[in-house]
Parts: sequence; C-alpha cells; structure tokens
Amino acid sequence: MEPLLSVAGLTKRYGGRLACDGIGFTLDPGEVLAVVGESGSGKSTLLSLIAGEVAADAGSVAYRMRDGATRDLDTLSLVERRALMRTDWGFVRQDATQGLRMAVSAGGNVGERLMGVGDRHYGRIRATALDWLARVEIAADRIDDPPTRFSGGMRQRLQIARNLVTAPRLVLMDEPTSGLDVSVQARLLDMIRGLVAELGLAVIIVTHDLAVARLLSHRVLVMRAGRVIETGLTDQVLDDPQAAYTQLLVSSVLAA
Amino acid sequence: MNPPNPAVARATVTVSAGAGYNFAYLDEGTKRMIRRAILKAIAIPGYQVPFAAREMPMPYGWGTGGVQVTAAILGAADVLKVIDQGADDTTNAVSIRRFFTATAGIATTTRTAEATVIQTRHRIPEAPLAEGQVLVYQVPIPEPLRFLEPRETETRQLHALAEYGLMHVKLYEDIARHGHIATTYAYPVEVAGRYVMDPSPTPKFDNPKMDDCPALQLFGAGREKRIYAIPPYTRVRSLDFEDHPFRVQRFDRPCALCGAEDVYLDEVVLDDAGGRMFVCSDTDHCETRLAEPRLAETRLGETRLADGHTGEAA
Repeated sequence: MEPLLSVAGLTKRYGGRLACDGIGFTLDPGEVLAVVGESGSGKSTLLSLIAGEVAADAGSVAYRMRDGATRDLDTLSLVERRALMRTDWGFVRQDATQGLRMAVSAGGNVGERLMGVGDRHYGRIRATALDWLARVEIAADRIDDPPTRFSGGMRQRLQIARNLVTAPRLVLMDEPTSGLDVSVQARLLDMIRGLVAELGLAVIIVTHDLAVARLLSHRVLVMRAGRVIETGLTDQVLDDPQAAYTQLLVSSVLAA
Repeated sequence: MNPPNPAVARATVTVSAGAGYNFAYLDEGTKRMIRRAILKAIAIPGYQVPFAAREMPMPYGWGTGGVQVTAAILGAADVLKVIDQGADDTTNAVSIRRFFTATAGIATTTRTAEATVIQTRHRIPEAPLAEGQVLVYQVPIPEPLRFLEPRETETRQLHALAEYGLMHVKLYEDIARHGHIATTYAYPVEVAGRYVMDPSPTPKFDNPKMDDCPALQLFGAGREKRIYAIPPYTRVRSLDFEDHPFRVQRFDRPCALCGAEDVYLDEVVLDDAGGRMFVCSDTDHCETRLAEPRLAETRLGETRLADGHTGEAA
C-alpha cells in the first residue's frame, strides 16, 4: 500500500541549534504514530514542519491527495495548501485557545470549516455541529456557549469536533491531553481512540506521556535532541527498548 | 509668500477660491496620489487600496476619508451635496459643505438629482442615482473581518485568497443568538463576485441600492488610510444563508410628513410624554415629495374622498 504521508530528511535549525535533524518516516492511512521524547527534543517543531507552519531548512513532506496523486507539499500553491489544511487535515493544539475561536460559540467553531468550504445552509451547518458535539460528548444545550465558558477537557473535545467535521484523513495532535487531570485525560483518550478507529484516521500524536502512546498508537518514534533514536511498533519499543535513552525514558515512568 | 513650486503650479487648477487655499484644500501632489489610489480601487472593485491619508482640519470620525476623496475628484464645475444620516442640515453635512465652498468655491445643493458629487455618511439617497454622479462614503472601519480576525496580515491573506468562511461565522453567530441575521448596518457585501467589502455603517436597507448602480461609488477611510470603490453597474450581493436569505428592514407605517412608503424612516421624539413620529431619514427626498404638485393633488384627492365617506369612516 502506498503511504499517506512520507517525510524525508526534515531538518530545521534555530540559529546554530538543531531542532530537527534529518527526520524521515512514512505513515499509512489509518495509522497512528506517536512521537515521544522529553521537552525540547524537537517533537513540536516536527509537527509544525509537517503542517507547513514553519519552513524547513531541508527535507520534504509528500502527501497522497484524495485524487490518489502524491504531491510534495512544497509544490502546492498557498491556496491548495490552505484548502488541504482545512479539509483533509486537522491540527489539535496543546493550548485550546490557539485552536479555537474563543469569542465564537461552540456551534460556530464547529461550523467554521463547513462555511470555509462553501456550505451556506444554516440549518444544515447547525445540524452537523449538533451531531459532532454529541460525538465528542458535549451537551446540545451548550451549542451557543463560547468556549471561554468551557472546562479544559471540553475545550479539547470541542477542538477535536471542529477539526473532524470535514472528515479529514490526517490529524496532527500536539499534546492534546496535557494539562488535564487524570480522569479527564482518560475519557478524552478513550474518545480519541474510538473516533480514530471509527473514522479510520491517520494520526501523528506528539506526547511526552508514554501511557498516551501505549494507549493510542500503533507505532512510536522516539526523539532526542532533534534526532530519531528509535522507532518501531509501540509494544515492541515500550516493552523492549533498545536505545539507552529509550530505556531511561521507559524506566522513568512512575507506576501508580 | 514663497513662489509656488513650478511642478505643482503646472498642475494647479486655475480656479482657486479665496483665503489662500489651493483648490479644494489639498495640494495637487496629494490629490494626484489620491486619484491614483481611486483609479486602482475602481480597477479592482471592493479591494482596499492603501493611501497616504493626510491630516485634515477636522477630527477623525468626522469624515476625513470622504473629504479627501471628494477633494481629489472635485472640479470647478461640480455641484456638491453632503448628507449626514440622510439629512442635509446636520452639523457634519453643513460644515463639510461650507469647507468646500470656502476652499473650492464650488456650487452646493441639497437636491440629489442636481448634485454631481454626493458625500455621504450612513445613508444612500432614496432618489435613484444617475450615470455621471459620484457617491463618496465616509468609512470608519474599512475591514469587514476586523472584529473576527484581529491580525491585519491574516485578514489581507483571507482577502487575497477569497477565504470568506469567517464572514459567515459572524452571520451564523447572529442567527444562533437572535434567530435571524441581526446585523442591521455595515452589512457585508460581495462585490463583483470577488471581494467582500464593508459598505460603511449604512443601514442594510440601503444595500440593494448599491447593486448595479449607475453612479460611481467611492469609499474613503481617513484614519485607516484605505480607499475602495464600486464602479458603475457592478454586481453587489449581500451575504446570507440559503435558509436565512438577506432581507431589508420594513417599516409598518409611511413617512408622517410626505407619506412615502418603502423608505428608511427616522424616529423623532416630539415631547417627554412618549410622543414620536417617523419621518423620512432622507430630508431631500421628503421635501421634494412635499413640493411635488402631483403628490399635493393626490393628497387633496384622498382628503376629498375621505370627506365624502365621513360617515362610514367615523
């Protein structure tokens, strides 16, 4: 099977400091890849590079479009790239205030992408928004509340609904569960796992939490100081880590 | 006085009013710069063209943008009309008219049909505009996406890529909150199928008048330093949803003075006991109708008819 996303030799320097050094991997449709590593290891930079928010110094990102043709994202025009980002891709941010319009109601947040692709029927937009709020377990009577009145967990769930409403095939998630308390985290992870399986989403999830990687991902990429140290199936890497740093990472997890 | 700069003197219009002002206050270099911006704006309908707005002898918010556009397009033979909220006799309208009388020595009028240039704040005249007329709007905030997307770099990109989903988010919020599109003024329009534009704070009642209008419409924002335009006979469409189509507000009564229906009415408070009347906001339209002999006759006829049926009516 041809991969959905191919990343090759992705490199980014901030001045003399290497944030990402020649990173390459492929992602199949429906596959969940976790990128783990400590703070400052280049995980978030990698995600920004893939999303095209930060320009790479070297390397390429190729994506198989809906028409089956694989295109290098650098060759896309700005219009095509933005269209891709708001239809076929999603980006769930660590900080929900960056991923949501805080002054706009929940329904408007979910409906924005639909209106962005040209839906001009209020009733239909609202019905879709209600459907998605239900799927992320937000009560229907909160549809007209702005996210400022939502709890942290609800904001993340709203962000997920906002991203998934156009049925994307690839979702990038940057630490979606950090900053939430443990029980809320568990529910959110459960929900993400359900949606990913149901919709057949390909996901790249950046996390420093190995439990999140264990629960959600098929494969793991371990990063340190901008390099990929180890990669493999999740169970294999977490149960039988080969690199010294991965062994340290796995053994640092506190058992409850 | 210093001898005039020869380059400027060459371009100077021979007519100059008293008090040592250049014709229509602005120097010729500035007028040329503004005219260039206007030409570009006409070439790209609805696109906001930046221009180097000058300090004007009036505060921002009083129509400095409109005044600069008017000054740049005025010729000695032009007849100027200035309206403020539909009225020719409010402070803003009177001062701007007087300003151009003093600095350009041109003729002014309150009659819409007689004017060649009409500077307006918050209204479009009720009387249909004709070819050859220019309507100049005073614009406080030219960016329709301003309160949705605070970054000017981003709004420019949204315009460039014609990504106007965000504008509909605002309308969505209106319906979600009020059950209908509650935006009643500065109602966003799409010009010539391309740029979304803020029509300045005119009531949405006036939006249909912008569509396919024979007159040239120019918009000047002095503080924000932007000029935009709608060329004559251009398609101007108010944004809406399929199931919540654009509608203008309707009044349940005619003008109390001239009896006009289908016009925009102002509420006038008469006393402190709740007395009020609704009259044409366009004062010239109202006065013209009152002076028309035909209308006077009709009203006379109606009165007679009413007299003839007094018994039934009472």
